[in-house]
Amino acid sequence: MSVAPAEVVRPETVESPDRPWITIVWNDPVNLMSYVTYVFMEYFHYSRAEAERLMTDVHEEGRAVVSNGSREEMERDVAAMHGYGLWATLQKDD
Amino acid sequence: MASVQPRPSGEPGALLHLEEIEIEILRSLVRQLVDFVGVPADPDADPLAVMVGIDPDAAPSEDPALLRLLPNAFPDDDEASSEFRRFTERELRDAKVRNAGAVGQSLEGGPGVLEIDADLVPAWLGFLNDTRLIIGARLDVTEDNHEELAALPDDDPRAALFGMYGWLTYLQESMVQLMLGEELD
Repeated sequence: MSVAPAEVVRPETVESPDRPWITIVWNDPVNLMSYVTYVFMEYFHYSRAEAERLMTDVHEEGRAVVSNGSREEMERDVAAMHGYGLWATLQKDD
Repeated sequence: MASVQPRPSGEPGALLHLEEIEIEILRSLVRQLVDFVGVPADPDADPLAVMVGIDPDAAPSEDPALLRLLPNAFPDDDEASSEFRRFTERELRDAKVRNAGAVGQSLEGGPGVLEIDADLVPAWLGFLNDTRLIIGARLDVTEDNHEELAALPDDDPRAALFGMYGWLTYLQESMVQLMLGEELD
């Protein structure tokens, strides 16, 4: 059994009743890891380290939650991801 | 063969060296992408809906390549996905066509050296990515079958397509690395 490293809770992922929707980016075999990192930095303005962490989750876990907020905000994020050619969906965070 | 280098000024962007045949291939891919994702002009369309970017007939494609470019936005809710499509798909298609058009325009500067400034890079990356997604869907590329596809005999039509896929991957990967401020391999 291994000891899991302490989870660092990022402020934007803390669940709160008025931010109940999430945007998920899914893994696919064509998108380049570097491109996914670039898109996360460009669009969400994540740091290089954060963008790479999310990209690694997409690649290794098959998906990552990349943003959360109102349904309208998540629809905007999903449409933007589709514009970049990333496979993204939104859903209620429950 | 194509090569990608930093701009001599050191500014963000890329310097592409493309031979005539490579320019021709990219031009052809630009045309194909526009034909594939562009919204065909419909004389009967409601002009107001067109103006505000609504497409009442937008539906998920049965073509895996097109479905990958224009995916469902709600994994478990077909109705919400359809609604999302009606309001966003036209703009998404138009944006992809605009990217292809911008690439087509930069190709006018070739063959030879094309200087792609930072403003043009997103259009190039989007176009290269969309084109690779289409070819990837056509060849059924997975994370595990690259070696298998690379070993196809020359007379298999998929071999040439996979060669083109690799070349587009090189162009996209190099341009991304430059944008991330990395040394090129």
